[in-house]
Amino acid sequence: MEKTVAPAAMVKFGTTQRKDAWWAAPTATVAVLTLFVIYSMVRAFENNYYIAGPYLSPFYSPLLLFDWWPLSPAFLILWAPAGFRFTCYYYRKAYYRAYAAHPFACAVGEPHRDYQGETKLFLFQNLHRFFLYAAVVVLFFLWHDVIKAFSFGGHFGMGFGTLVLLVNTVLLSGYTFSCHSFRHFVGGNVDCFSCAKAGRVRFKLWKGVSSINEHHMLWAWTSLFAVMAADLYVRLVACGAIHDLRIF
Amino acid sequence: MPDVTFKVFRGDAKGGQAIDYPVPIAPGMVVLDALHYIQGYLAPDLAVRWNCKAAKCGSCSAEVNGKPALMCKTRLDSLPTGRPITVYPMKTFPVIKDLVCDVSWNYDVNKKIPPYRPAKDGRKIYQEDVDRVQEFRKCIECFLCQDVCHVLREHEKKAEFAGPRFFVRLAGLEMHPNDITDRSEFLKNSSGLGLCNITKCCTEVCPEEIHITDNAIIPLKERVADRFFDPLRWVFAKIFGRK
Ligand code: SF4
Ligand code: SF4
Ligand code: FES
Ligand code: FES
Repeated sequence: MEKTVAPAAMVKFGTTQRKDAWWAAPTATVAVLTLFVIYSMVRAFENNYYIAGPYLSPFYSPLLLFDWWPLSPAFLILWAPAGFRFTCYYYRKAYYRAYAAHPFACAVGEPHRDYQGETKLFLFQNLHRFFLYAAVVVLFFLWHDVIKAFSFGGHFGMGFGTLVLLVNTVLLSGYTFSCHSFRHFVGGNVDCFSCAKAGRVRFKLWKGVSSINEHHMLWAWTSLFAVMAADLYVRLVACGAIHDLRIF
Repeated sequence: MPDVTFKVFRGDAKGGQAIDYPVPIAPGMVVLDALHYIQGYLAPDLAVRWNCKAAKCGSCSAEVNGKPALMCKTRLDSLPTGRPITVYPMKTFPVIKDLVCDVSWNYDVNKKIPPYRPAKDGRKIYQEDVDRVQEFRKCIECFLCQDVCHVLREHEKKAEFAGPRFFVRLAGLEMHPNDITDRSEFLKNSSGLGLCNITKCCTEVCPEEIHITDNAIIPLKERVADRFFDPLRWVFAKIFGRK
């Protein structure tokens, strides 16, 4: 194949004719994702301050305490949401760009020549749907935690922490059910809705999931911040740094 | 109105360089207008491919300030005019002359796609069956997505990778309610779908605003996963005898 000779031969990282701030978004992604990973690791290893009154930190839910498990119970759970996010189609885009620079930004030269995409070593990304199933199970427990967060010593009530857990779980539900694999599962795999079994229902479901799937990136970021904020809130209340505000 | 400098690539397959042209600008102008001015007054031999000037024929693809774009759809008021505006041909394809590229590789890829084969039952097609596919029919074959895609642009995998435009076409065929060709082997082994790392540059440049990655590529990846990477589905198919 004849090579193009016209534009600058883009053999070096960062070579581009773009004049906008193409480096800004991936740099911000690196900063935020790195911060999140460090924070969640620290909290998982901490193995403390995850219960405050009726509130349970989402990093430790469901709380699995076994004698045979020597580490923090968070590790028995975190593989599911971590795997779900790691194999998520949106986060894949984000980290392939920001960390692997494949490409760092569109029409910008890449640092390494060798490239296999999602073949070979990265074939495991095809297992995303299994992490989705696990994430749905975890979500079930998070909703259970929200219900428990309305109960103060057997009485119905609501604190600021209840709201924090509720908002977090709503955003996590939005993230989970706007997943591309879920969209495929409910109807994306149908070719002919008018002839498939329950085709009309599946079409409606697919339409509904598609409408939230369009904003999957937004769900991904807001739920990431929410889960960090929810854990931080529980931790601060649990260690006595702040007091939970009781609303009623 | 002030002049704006256009740095336009002049050359051919052997090489070339950017030449500066001062162009007086007027409200509402697009990049293609500026090039017509250059052709009319400064460089009559400048080669530019265009037809409709309405963002519908897909001929005027180029790289404006480093971004793949249709020249007839890129308004000057959307660009910073204090600095020269660069106009280069698409990087991914061989240059014939100036801004004109040889995009014939794309037509060869197209020929390899297993064609549409209709079911023989004469079934009626409803709107909900074609909702998805209609988006893909908007493609004007400008090949900007092919140009920006790093698998082709940076890694030059033209022999193994069909590229986003053809994933759009494949998705349209695969999701067609009346088509019975099975393209899963082709998708997994010949189209290079696995080389796409869903980084969405194709979606960012598509002038028809086709959600190439979300609506074509990812659903195709999910279909490949159904067929080749989902042991649960295999068990299910064994028990219930379904494909
Ligand atoms: S999403 Fe895939 S096809 Fe589109 S530009 Fe990126 S790598 Fe290429
Ligand atoms: S999918 Fe969009 S960018 Fe690609 S060739 Fe078609 S119209 Fe152009
Ligand atoms: S695609 Fe993001 S969670 Fe599935
Ligand atoms: S001239 Fe037809 S798309 Fe630009």
